[in-house]
Amino acid sequence: MIQIKSLNKKFGKLTVLDGLDLDIGKEGIFAILGPNGSGKTTLIKSILGMVIPDKGDIKLEEESILGKWNYRNKINYLPQIANFPANLTVKELIEMVKNLRPKEAHDTDLIQLFDVQPFLDKKLGNLSGGTKQKVNIILTFMFESDLIILDEPTTGLDPISLIHLKEIIQKEKEKGKTILITTHIMSFVEEVADEIVFLLDGKIYFKGSSTTLKEQTGQLDLEHAIAKLISKEI
Amino acid sequence: MIKILKYSFYDLMRSRWSYVYFAFYLSLGFVLLFLNNDVNKAIITLMNIIIVLTPLIGTIFGVMYYYNSKEFTELLLAQPIKRNTIFMGQYLGISISLTLSLILGLGIPFLMYGLFMSTAIFDFTLLLVVGTLLNFIFVALAFNIALSNENRIKGFGYAILMWLFLAVIYDGVFLISLVMFNEYPLDKFALFTTMFNPIDLSRILILLKLDISALLGYTGAVFKKFFGTNFGLILSFMVMLLWIFLPVWRIKRKLKKKDF
Repeated sequence: MIQIKSLNKKFGKLTVLDGLDLDIGKEGIFAILGPNGSGKTTLIKSILGMVIPDKGDIKLEEESILGKWNYRNKINYLPQIANFPANLTVKELIEMVKNLRPKEAHDTDLIQLFDVQPFLDKKLGNLSGGTKQKVNIILTFMFESDLIILDEPTTGLDPISLIHLKEIIQKEKEKGKTILITTHIMSFVEEVADEIVFLLDGKIYFKGSSTTLKEQTGQLDLEHAIAKLISKEI
Repeated sequence: MIKILKYSFYDLMRSRWSYVYFAFYLSLGFVLLFLNNDVNKAIITLMNIIIVLTPLIGTIFGVMYYYNSKEFTELLLAQPIKRNTIFMGQYLGISISLTLSLILGLGIPFLMYGLFMSTAIFDFTLLLVVGTLLNFIFVALAFNIALSNENRIKGFGYAILMWLFLAVIYDGVFLISLVMFNEYPLDKFALFTTMFNPIDLSRILILLKLDISALLGYTGAVFKKFFGTNFGLILSFMVMLLWIFLPVWRIKRKLKKKDF
């Protein structure tokens, strides 16, 4: 699915990605973890073409994506902060994104699932943070794509919506999709992720299942295992 | 691009500020007409306001829109659309909505006053054309500044400084240099430096058409002597267009390397 070869990115003097290699070949849910500033978002944004890497190559389905834009039709992306134009209504925003993608959309089920009908005619500027995140989720999942990238999907969600989100993620996985998730909530990782990709100092520091990680670090729970990885004690 | 343009335009047209701007021009038009009681005189006063105010509003709107819609732009960047398309759509959306406020806001009072029956219709049209050009120029310049500055306070600061420089300081420096070097033949120098300021350029453009030599000032007089009225009009118009194309070209170039 995705092959990343010796990816380098510097912001000024700060090296964020330092020769990162990553190969995600199969379907499943991959949690991209790492301390703050370890380059998770930069990695995701490089895949999406929002950040332009200094060196290296990214291939999606055996095709280099650098400098291209059409391939983004194959990716569903949930951005970290949901901030939309304040003067559009929810309905208009959904219509607009549908308009921009040459793809079939299934938004009605999702709108019902997340209880967004009462807000459809409200302006986005008047919505609460959680409702905005729900709209964000609807926009992400209303298209069928083989690659789904979620940047902090749980922010601001109430428990019911969180359950729905987990269900959707599982459903997409069963359909054979590749899902990349960044998050800081370890219980969420343990519950949904098949594999953990741990970033540190701009490189992949660990890649494998959470059980392997716990065994390697000799910890009983994931939170402590990750903490141990961050402190570089292994 | 039309889709992006449409949505930026809708978004702006529904914001309070577009109406405030529209209402301002509307009341300005009415007040000027009733105070002057003469379309021609009102147009001169209006010119002085337009060439200072449209650049300011264009600059502020441009910078503000860029920073405010940053997250939304990121959402668009993740869609299968070219970067260029997104930003050109937004740029045209802002410029067109500002232009619409200007044209409607001033057009309504002047039409009600009987513009079509007066000879000033061409002068008035030229005034609106210049206002439109200034909108497109300064929104493009504002986008340039915003694209180069991640920090929005800095971006705002530079943008206001640019406006202040072009609207006020430039003339001052220009005048001082003319006084200091008055022993030298400065005609060509004066002519040349005018090209570097779209605000000066639009002043000359309007005054050439209105043919009021008392208001032309030094550069205007040199301009007229050198180029004649018609050629002068065409030339300053061309340079104004160049003032749109160059900043837009730099936006496109900047976008190729920009990280979001």
